[in-house]
Amino acid sequence: MKDHKDILARLPESLPVSVTTVLFGIASIVLLAGVIMAIYTIPADSEGIVLRFGKYVDKVPSGLHVKLPFGIETVITVPTKRQQKMEFGFVTPGFTNPDQISNSPKLESSMVTGDLNSALVEWVVQYRLTDPEQFLFDVREPSQTLRDISEAVMREVIGDRTIDEIITIGRQEIEEAVLLRISELSKRYQLGVTINQVQLKNVNPPEPVQPSFNEVNRAQQDRENFINLANGEYNKAVPSARGKADQNIRDAEGYRFKRVNEAEGDVSAFNQVLGQYLNWPEITRTRLYLETLGDVLPQAKQQIIVDDTVQQIMPMLPFSLKTPGQPQ
Amino acid sequence: MNISGKYWFFIIAFICMFLLTTYTVNQTEQVIITQFGSPVGDPVTTPGLHFKLPFIQVVNSFDKRYLAWDGPMVEMSTKDRTYLQVDTFARWRIADPLRYYLRLHDERSAQSRLEDILGSETRTSIARHELIEIVRTDKDRKPMQNVNLTGAFTGDGSLGVLLPIHTGRVAIEKEVIDAATPKLAEFGIELLDVRFKRINYNQQVLERIYQRMISERLQIADRFRSEGEGAAARILGNKERDINQIQSMAYKQVQDIRGEADAKATEIYAKAYTQKPDAAEFYKFLKSMDTYRKVINSDTTLVLSTNSEIFGWLKRVEQKPVK
Repeated sequence: MKDHKDILARLPESLPVSVTTVLFGIASIVLLAGVIMAIYTIPADSEGIVLRFGKYVDKVPSGLHVKLPFGIETVITVPTKRQQKMEFGFVTPGFTNPDQISNSPKLESSMVTGDLNSALVEWVVQYRLTDPEQFLFDVREPSQTLRDISEAVMREVIGDRTIDEIITIGRQEIEEAVLLRISELSKRYQLGVTINQVQLKNVNPPEPVQPSFNEVNRAQQDRENFINLANGEYNKAVPSARGKADQNIRDAEGYRFKRVNEAEGDVSAFNQVLGQYLNWPEITRTRLYLETLGDVLPQAKQQIIVDDTVQQIMPMLPFSLKTPGQPQ
Repeated sequence: MNISGKYWFFIIAFICMFLLTTYTVNQTEQVIITQFGSPVGDPVTTPGLHFKLPFIQVVNSFDKRYLAWDGPMVEMSTKDRTYLQVDTFARWRIADPLRYYLRLHDERSAQSRLEDILGSETRTSIARHELIEIVRTDKDRKPMQNVNLTGAFTGDGSLGVLLPIHTGRVAIEKEVIDAATPKLAEFGIELLDVRFKRINYNQQVLERIYQRMISERLQIADRFRSEGEGAAARILGNKERDINQIQSMAYKQVQDIRGEADAKATEIYAKAYTQKPDAAEFYKFLKSMDTYRKVINSDTTLVLSTNSEIFGWLKRVEQKPVK
């Protein structure tokens, strides 16, 4: 406090003391300002473009550098190594690059296809500012220009594709074609950018049409379902029919064995009896006959024995006589 | 005090003179020096520090870079009376700053002139071509076919097919450029490029397009279902055919085997019964006996003659029964 008062008290006296001191003071302030203004740094992902009186003189890499102060030299920092991206038809929040998005993503995404359908296409363009001189000095709004080119090219490519190519099968081919064409145009426009990648994001039919596209998917499922059900029926019936057929064949084969073996058995039995019969035919025959009748006759319900001279026996038969199975 | 005052004066005067007689041309600029409003000398296009006369010469700087022209979204009609909203953009630069300065003076009037010329040329070109010419570019391109939809494509000619063109979008853009270039050259403007940024159907057309797209898709869906039903019917047909085939083949084989078995058995029996003359006789006898056993049961009434072998003895006891 006391010191301050001292200085303030002495100040009026010191002012006229010497102009040279003042000039020296000013010069040293200017010098100090000049030194501060002369030193600058370029971030690791960037390069610096040095302009002297507005004229491009040098390109410097990242790091600490010195330039001429007081607007004699100015430096523009260009992030040449940073991969940048632009989004079309959609907006990812939290972006840092103001060129990444547009104000009207809805307008960007709507397109006409080569079969005169309408589609909504969202895509991303990844690029780097590989030629900062061109980027700064050849085109006034290079980022907007790149956006314009991207939109025009995407529509040009989509305009040569069918809606089915866009939505399903042609995506990769479209990305490649667009990448090629944007690179070609940005070279012609001297934008100083290198296009690294074009990625298609959501590609959809317009909202009112979407249900009918889903309907196609459902119909495809239905088709598979019909075929699966029919195959199920087939598989249920045919193998079992095959098995049953095999069963019938096996049965028949069994029948064959049985038939032949039985025949052979019968014949063997017959042959043996025949051998004996041939030795004593008369007696064997009589014996067999009588044995059979002896067995058979008691089985019968009624035996009527008549003299062979009686001509008509029928009237004498009892009325209950009837053939079996006949209704009474 | 006096001396230092003089110094001050000279220093300030020098700085003022320096500022008044020099100007910088930026890397992106070109400059026209005007004296009392009329241009003096050639345009200055080399960047850096330059000198001029103070007070009477004025610096007019223009951009040297490619500049943007972003057209508004305009509704236009094509040759086939489809209403489109067309959004164009162009890139141009001041090729002849002197002429540009004299005719247009500043960029605002340049933009409005571009708007007039490019707007009307675009409108003219669009009106001269059909919609498909504006949409498509490469007339030789053959679309890829979705294998999943192939069946549906063959059904109807319009699906998955690119409509043929003669000119194409890029050629139409070229037409606009070619028509506008000489007109803009009048103003010292060089046209780098004109492109259709956005081409969209207007709302009424869009409704119709949606209707068509929906009916197209439903037609594909119907086709899929019908294909499914057809395939299912074919499979069921196969089922019937295969079952019938299997069963009839089996029947044939069964009959074959059984016939063979019967034949074999018949052969065995026949051979055995005909091996000797007596064998046949004996077989008949044996079989008859067997048959008696089977035929005669509790329902049978037998009427037998005393002339028979067994009851012959009832009538007379002779050595031999009458035959």
